[in-house]
Amino acid sequence: MAKIVAVTGNEAVANALRQVNPDVCAAYPITPQTDMMQRFSGFVSDGKVKTEIILVESEHSSMSACVGASAAGGRVITATSSQGLALMNEILYIASGTRLPIVMPVVNRALSAPLNIHGDHSDAMGARDSGWIQLWSENAQEAYDNTIQAFRIAEHMDIRLPVMICLDGFIISHSIERIEYLEDEQVQNFVGEFKQLYPLLDLAHPVSYGPLILPDYYMEFRKAQAEVNTKVPEVVLDVAADFEKISGRKYGLFETYRLEDAEIGIVILNSAAGTTKDVIDEFRNKGIKAGLLKPRLYRPFPYVETGEALKHLKALCVLDRADSFGSSFSPVYMDIASSLYPYNDKPILINKIYGLGGRDYLPEHAEIVLNELIDIAETGNVKSYKEYIGVRE
Amino acid sequence: MAKPVTLKELSKKEILFASGHRLCAGCGAPIIVKMVLLASDYPLIAANATGCLEVSSCISDYTAWKIPWIHNAFENAAATLSGVETMYRSLKKQGKIDKDIKFIAFGGDGGTYDIGLQSLSGAMERGHDMLYICYDNGAYMNTGIQRSSATPLGADTTTRPAGSVVPGKTEQRKNLTKIMAAHNIPYAAQASPSHWADLVRKVRKALDIPGPKFMNIISPCNRGWRSRTDDAIMLSRLAVETCYWPLYEIENGVTKITFKPREKKPIIDFLKPQGRFKHLFKPDAEDFLKRIQDDIDKEWERLQKEEACFSS
Repeated sequence: MAKIVAVTGNEAVANALRQVNPDVCAAYPITPQTDMMQRFSGFVSDGKVKTEIILVESEHSSMSACVGASAAGGRVITATSSQGLALMNEILYIASGTRLPIVMPVVNRALSAPLNIHGDHSDAMGARDSGWIQLWSENAQEAYDNTIQAFRIAEHMDIRLPVMICLDGFIISHSIERIEYLEDEQVQNFVGEFKQLYPLLDLAHPVSYGPLILPDYYMEFRKAQAEVNTKVPEVVLDVAADFEKISGRKYGLFETYRLEDAEIGIVILNSAAGTTKDVIDEFRNKGIKAGLLKPRLYRPFPYVETGEALKHLKALCVLDRADSFGSSFSPVYMDIASSLYPYNDKPILINKIYGLGGRDYLPEHAEIVLNELIDIAETGNVKSYKEYIGVRE
Repeated sequence: MAKPVTLKELSKKEILFASGHRLCAGCGAPIIVKMVLLASDYPLIAANATGCLEVSSCISDYTAWKIPWIHNAFENAAATLSGVETMYRSLKKQGKIDKDIKFIAFGGDGGTYDIGLQSLSGAMERGHDMLYICYDNGAYMNTGIQRSSATPLGADTTTRPAGSVVPGKTEQRKNLTKIMAAHNIPYAAQASPSHWADLVRKVRKALDIPGPKFMNIISPCNRGWRSRTDDAIMLSRLAVETCYWPLYEIENGVTKITFKPREKKPIIDFLKPQGRFKHLFKPDAEDFLKRIQDDIDKEWERLQKEEACFSS
């Protein structure tokens, strides 16, 4: 029986982690994640989990300890935000290159400088090429559900890759929402027993982790890693199908909203998708065929499926809560553009940057974008391919 | 407490660090690793910081390590091993492991004194049951002899070369053993491969003590020290006999010097066979040599006083 509660995103994810009951957790405070690991530490202190916790002295050591613990042969978690994720960066690549199924919620926050603690996707975007699987979450319910599914995806014997679950700092991490919890037993049955693969602690079969591989074989190793990534979408869908059976909630590689017959569309990640859906409803009420696509599995990015879902549109805007300095467009825009490139008939594509450093994304922003898309769809004229919105000029 | 072990007994044990690794001829590191692994009566799991020892001992698909071994990155051997040790405790608590396993990290001085100091300090403070061993060869030897905070005063390195204006390194070495002891860990010690019985005894003692332990072991590097390939043991002996590298241990806060040279040799005996100090033997470098000798005398005095505090 599902239990309906009113909790913050951090509380919901901490509860998912309690229900999974991992073997080792490395924890280090950083706003806005702090409260999640604090809650989990409370579960440890009260004996609600079997987890051994390592209260590390930095996020770099947090991810380093996770690599050691995961290689040792068990289920391992940590969580972070912003500067913490940036500090881990070096070891993120080692975790994925070593094929360690570590699970890490990332409470998305802006990067310094200037220092800012609020919601922004720059942190996780900076780690998008690190070889981690990324699942993005619109609200507390999705963050909770994604966290539980992440273990099955990470630990799948065909995958064995680390997963980060992204949720918006403050907007989701600190807002109270109505969500449905699964029973502890349901979660435990769903994730199952951890299956070891070449555990370091197996004295009878000593293994060496972290070899030097020179030009003679490095490339083959990387190619194998790339090939594993191609298997991820299918596993994500299989796990989602199993999850639907116990939760009734449906997940895919992405979510589409009134997109099938749409002429104009918006692609947007995480919490801002909720606001956008409301505005799309208003436009639909006015007879305007607007729709939305919200990526969920952002890494590895499902190019073919995403392109198929968007190709019929006349005009499309990718809204990003991060920029990619020095390149022409923002991170998600570039992926969407790549996914549409193979098609002769494809939408006119524009790019907006919104909500940096916790700047509010308001319904009027979505309205402005949709009105602009109507105009582009009618005339084919584009005033600006890339623009910051909700910003002082 | 582990019983003392004889050379004869050690000679019958399996060597757990295989030959055929790619460390230089005459390198101190594999001698130290062999001694350390031989010393243990417990099954061991090792972590290794990036460095000479790591890149030369596990080049895919070969490994010199007959025990489970993990290399993560340069600055995080201690944090990595703290993860391994914590998983061991977790699985043991859950009844999934029954063996008693001991955990050893190996790092060079760059990976320990410099870039890895925070990770090491954190792991020691958290109290993980592990022994961290620094093989100190006094520079970033793997990348080509760059200055580290363990490089001795006056040494010529590739980033602080002795030139017409700069006489090599102008700063004293960081006293890492003292810093580690200041963490109030149950055991910190210095050892040298030249004094194998002392080294083996210290490793055995450290492994028997629960909690975090640190050992600093001098590791001659003929490439960086500009010395003969067959001088590693002779030079590490001179380091001890000149009191450049005193052999001592700090057990539960009590300092004990484990070897006192009958006659303390002048530091030039240690410096002279090494090309990295050859610029100090020019006529105008006498003051600098004196400063090196003074520093060593001062620290040796201090250490003896520290020991005396506890023996009265």
